[in-house]
Amino acid sequence: MDRTYAAPADIDARRSRAFTAGAVGLVACAIGFATDRDHFFRAWLIAYLLFLGIALGSMALVMIQHLSGGAWGVFRRIFEASSRTLPLMAVLFLPVLLGMGTLYSWTHADHVQADEVLRHKATYLNLGFFLARTFVYFAGWILIAWTLTRWSRRQDEGDASVNRKLQYLSGGGIVFYAFSATFAAIDWIMSINPHWFSTLFGFIFIGGQGISALAFTIVVSASLARRAPMDTLLKPSHFHDLGKLSLAFVMLWAYFNFSQYMLVYAANLVEEIPYFVARTSHGWQYIALFLVIFQFAVPFLLLLSRDLKRTPHRLVVVALWLLVVRFIDLFMLVAPEFQSTGANLHLLDGEAEGGVYVHWLDLAAPLAIGGLWLWMFFTQLAQRPLLAFADPYLRDALESTGGH
Amino acid sequence: MAHVEPVPTLYGLMAEFETPTALVSAATKARLEGYRHMDAYSPIPIEELNEALGLGRTKVPLITLIGGILGGIGGYTLEYWSQAIAYPMNVGGRPYHSWPHFIPVTFETTVLGAALACFVGMWMLNKLPMPYHPVFDVEAFTRASRDRFFLCIESTDPRFDRHSTSKFLESLHPVGVSDVAP
Repeated sequence: MDRTYAAPADIDARRSRAFTAGAVGLVACAIGFATDRDHFFRAWLIAYLLFLGIALGSMALVMIQHLSGGAWGVFRRIFEASSRTLPLMAVLFLPVLLGMGTLYSWTHADHVQADEVLRHKATYLNLGFFLARTFVYFAGWILIAWTLTRWSRRQDEGDASVNRKLQYLSGGGIVFYAFSATFAAIDWIMSINPHWFSTLFGFIFIGGQGISALAFTIVVSASLARRAPMDTLLKPSHFHDLGKLSLAFVMLWAYFNFSQYMLVYAANLVEEIPYFVARTSHGWQYIALFLVIFQFAVPFLLLLSRDLKRTPHRLVVVALWLLVVRFIDLFMLVAPEFQSTGANLHLLDGEAEGGVYVHWLDLAAPLAIGGLWLWMFFTQLAQRPLLAFADPYLRDALESTGGH
Repeated sequence: MAHVEPVPTLYGLMAEFETPTALVSAATKARLEGYRHMDAYSPIPIEELNEALGLGRTKVPLITLIGGILGGIGGYTLEYWSQAIAYPMNVGGRPYHSWPHFIPVTFETTVLGAALACFVGMWMLNKLPMPYHPVFDVEAFTRASRDRFFLCIESTDPRFDRHSTSKFLESLHPVGVSDVAP
C-alpha cells in the first residue's frame, strides 16, 4: 500500500498565491496603519479573530476526535494543519497589543480613575495581568498543538504507545481550551466595552470557532477530494459527517446567542442592556437580523438536508457562506462599540453610538491575515501525509458508510 | 353442494443463511431475478441490505419535520394565546407579545412534536405493534435474533411460484429453505 499520501502538487501554487495575497493585504494594512490608525486596529482585531477561530476550533476538534473517534477522523490532518498555524497567530497578535490604547479604554489610567466600576475591575483589567494571560493562552495553545503533532508523528512511525497518551492530552487539553478561549473572549472582545459582562460570551465565541473550523475543513477537503490521493478515499459519508457536525455547531451558536439575548431581555438591567441597545439601533439591527437569518435559519434549514450534506460541491457553498457570515458576526461583536469616526470608544466620548459603517481596512485586514494564514496552513498541510494512516480507528473510518 | 377444499396457501418461502454477506448477496440476486415482495431478517443492522432489497428512502425524516413544525407552531400559538389574549399580564412594562420569552417553549414543543412524530411515524410505517407474524412459526427463525440471517420471498410477489422460487432459493446455497405458513 502506498503510504505517502502526499498533498497534490498544486499545493505549492496555492501557497504562493496565498502569500502574495497576504503581502498585498499587509501593504494595504501598513498604509492604513500610517493614515488611519484607529480603524486599522479595530479591523485587524476582527479579521484576526476569524482566523484564530479556525485554528483554535480545529485544535479543539482534533482533541474531540482523539477522544470520541468516529469516521470524521479521515479529516484529522486538515484539522492538525490548521492548529499548527497557532505560532503565526501569536505573531499576528502583536498589532493588537500595539493598539491596546485604542481598543481598550481600561488601559487609560485617567479614564479608570474617573470611573468607579472600572476602578473595581482594575484587579483583573490591567495591562500586566492582561499580557500575562495572553501569554498563558498562546503558550498553552501552541504547546498542546505542538505535542499533539509530535505524538501524531510517532504514531505514523508505528509507535502505538502514543495512542493512549494522545487521548489523555486531549482530555486535559479540551478543559484548558474551554477556559482559555472563554477568558480570551472576555479579554480581547468583551473588555472593549469594560462595563458590560455576560457569562455566556465565551461559549458563543467557542461555538463560532466550531463553525469556522468545520466550514474551513469542508472547503479544503472538498478541494482535496477532487485530486489524488484523497479522491479515492473520501466518500459522501465523510462529508455527511462534517455536514452534521456543522449543523450541530450552527445550532449551538444560535442556542448560546439566543440564551444570552433572552436573559438580558428578561432581566432588563442597566448594566447589561447597552450591549444590545447598541446592536439593535442605528442600522445595526439590520445586521443583527441578517445574522439571525443567514448564520442560523438558512444554514440550519439547508444543512437539514441529507442530500446536500452528501454532495461535496453543494456542501462547500454552505461552508463558504458560513465563513463569510462568521466574519460579519465577529464584526458585529466588535465594531458597534466604536464610533463611526473610529476615533475611540463611545465610552470615552460620552454615550453617543455610531451608525453602521464599513471601512476599506475591514477588507484589507482579512486579506492580509487570511493570506498569511493560508500560506502557513498550506505549508503545514504539505509537510505531513494527508491521511493519519496509523490511526487505530482509520480502517473503520474509511469503510464507514455513514451514520456517526 | 360440493365442498371445495381450499388450496393451502403460503405466506412465502424463507431461506436461512449463516453470514450477513451471504444474506446481502442472496437479496441482491433475488432482486436481479425480479423479486420485489421480500424481506430480510437479521440480528444485527446491515446497512448494505437497504440497497440490496431495493428499499426506497424512508419517510420518517419527513414525518419528523412535519411534526416538529406543527409542534413549534402549536407551542408559539399557545404562548401567544395565553399571554396576549386570554390572560394578558403586565410584566415589568414589557409588551404582552414578548416573543423572546416564547422561544424556549416553542423550542421544547418543536422537539416534542418532532420526537413524537418520529416515534409514532416509525411504528406506523413498520405496522407496529405486531404481536404475530407468519415467520414466527418457522422453527429455525428463533435464531434470527441470535446468529442466523433470513431472506423471505413473499407469495404476494407476482413472480412467486412455490416450485421455481424454492428452486431459486436453493441455488443460493442456504442452510435451509422453509415454507412459511400464512
